[in-house]
Amino acid sequence: MSLSGLLESIGEYVLLMKQVLMPPDRAREFFKEFFKELYKLGVTSIGLVVLISFFIGAVIVVQLALNLNYPFLPSYTVGVVSREIILLEFSSTIMCLILSGKVGSNIASEIGTMRITEQIDALEVMGVNSANYLILPKIIAFIVFMPVLVIFSIFVGLMGGYIICALTANPPVATYVYGLRAFFREFFIWYAIVKSMIFGFIIASVSAYFGYSVKGGALEVGKASTDSVVINSVLILMTDLVFTQLVMG
Amino acid sequence: MIEVRNLSKEFEDHLVLNNISATFHKGIVNMIIGKSGSGKTVFLKCMVGLIRPTSGEILYEGRNLLTMKTKEVKRLRREMGMLFQGSALFDSKTVLENVMFPLDMFSRMNKKERQKRAEFCLERVNLLDAAHLYPSEISGGMMKRAAIARAIALNPKYLFCDEPNSGLDPQTSQLIDELLASITKEFEITSVIVTHDMNSVMNIGEHIVFLNEGVKEWEGPKEQLKDADSEAVKKFIFASDVFKKK
Repeated sequence: MSLSGLLESIGEYVLLMKQVLMPPDRAREFFKEFFKELYKLGVTSIGLVVLISFFIGAVIVVQLALNLNYPFLPSYTVGVVSREIILLEFSSTIMCLILSGKVGSNIASEIGTMRITEQIDALEVMGVNSANYLILPKIIAFIVFMPVLVIFSIFVGLMGGYIICALTANPPVATYVYGLRAFFREFFIWYAIVKSMIFGFIIASVSAYFGYSVKGGALEVGKASTDSVVINSVLILMTDLVFTQLVMG
Repeated sequence: MIEVRNLSKEFEDHLVLNNISATFHKGIVNMIIGKSGSGKTVFLKCMVGLIRPTSGEILYEGRNLLTMKTKEVKRLRREMGMLFQGSALFDSKTVLENVMFPLDMFSRMNKKERQKRAEFCLERVNLLDAAHLYPSEISGGMMKRAAIARAIALNPKYLFCDEPNSGLDPQTSQLIDELLASITKEFEITSVIVTHDMNSVMNIGEHIVFLNEGVKEWEGPKEQLKDADSEAVKKFIFASDVFKKK
C-alpha cells in the first residue's frame, strides 16, 4: 500500500468513526442490536477462549517448570511467572490476536456482504445512518464483553497450570498456588482489562471499516476479511507496545 | 413529481451520465429504459442520493436533494421506498421483521400497531404466509414481494425500483409488474422503475425515459415510444420479443 493510499484509508476510517460514534437513531433498536451482538461476538467466543487459555496455561507451566529448573530459583517462581505471563500478555494481548481472527473476520465479512448485496444502500435509502446502526452496537458490545473474556481467559489459563501441576507434581500444587499468590499486584488485573478493551475497540472498528468499504463482489469480501485480520494484528501489537510503555514504563 | 435537471456523473474521467433532464410524474408508472451499461442504475442511484452526481439538480416537489441539509435528506428519504435488484432484504431478520424495520426506526406506533401495519403490507403483496420465514428460505419472487412490502411500509410518496424483474420467470415478472402498477395507483405514488424488459414497459409503463450511453435519447408517453424519432430507441424496442411476435 502506498503512503497516499494509507493516509486515504486513515482519513476514511476517521470519517466513518465520526458517523458511527453518534447517538443512535432509535435507542430501542440500538439495544436490540447490542444484545444480539453481545451474544454473537462475545458469548460465542467463550468456548474458544476457554479452550486456548486452558492449554496455553498448562503449556506455560510445563515450559517454565522445565526451563527454570535452577537451584538458586525458588520453585514457586513457576507460579509467579506463569501468572504474570497470563495476566499481562497472554489473556489480554495474545487472546485478542486470536479473537481478531474470529470476531474481526466475522464483522468484516458480515458488513462486507451487506454492502455488496445492497443491504447497506437499503438502510441509507430509508434514512437510517447505516454506519451507526450496524457498527456502533458491535463496537460497544465487544468492548463491554472484552473484560469478561479476559477474566475467563486468566482464570482458565491459571487452572490449566493448576491441573498440570496436579498431574505431574512439577512443581507441586501447593508451591504453584503459593507462587500465584506471591507478589501479586491488583493493578495488573486492571491493566489487562483496560488494554483488552482498547483492543476490543480496535478489532471491532477496524474490521467494520474494512467490511463497510468493500467494493465489488465475493472476492473483495474475502480480501476485506483477510486484510482486517492482518491490520488488526499489526495494530494490536503496536498498541500493546505503546500502551505498555506508557502505563508500565 | 420529481424533476431532474442537467444531471451529469463522472467516474474518474469516465462520463457515465451526460447532462440528463427528465420529469417523473405523480401517480403513474415512470420507467427508465435502455440497454445494459446505458447508465440507468447510476441515474436511479443519483436520484435517491446513493451516488452524488458531478453536476445538476434533483428536485422533489421543488426541493433540491443536492443542496439539502443532512436532516432534510433524512426526512425526504422517509418519503422514499426502494426495491433493489437483489431485493436487499436483511438476512438476519424474518420477512415480517424486514417489513417492520422502517416502522421500528421511524414510526411512533406501538409494537402491535407496527405489526398490524407490516401484516397489512404483506397481505397486500400476498405474502402473509411467509411472514416468519427468513429471506434465505423463500424464492426470488417472494423476496421481491417482501421488498415491495418493506418499501411501502411507511406510505412512501416515491417508489424506486431497480430491475424489479431481473432473475424472475415471465409469470412472476408479470405478477410483480401488476403489483407495482396497482400500488402506484392505490397510494398515488411517484414510481420510477429501471428496466430493460420491454414486456414490463408495454404492460405497466406510462411515462418513459430512454437512456443510451449516458445520454437521454427520448422521453414521452409509452404510446409514442414506437414512433420515436431515434435510431437507438427503435433498435432497442424492436429487438425485444414483444414486437417480434407482433
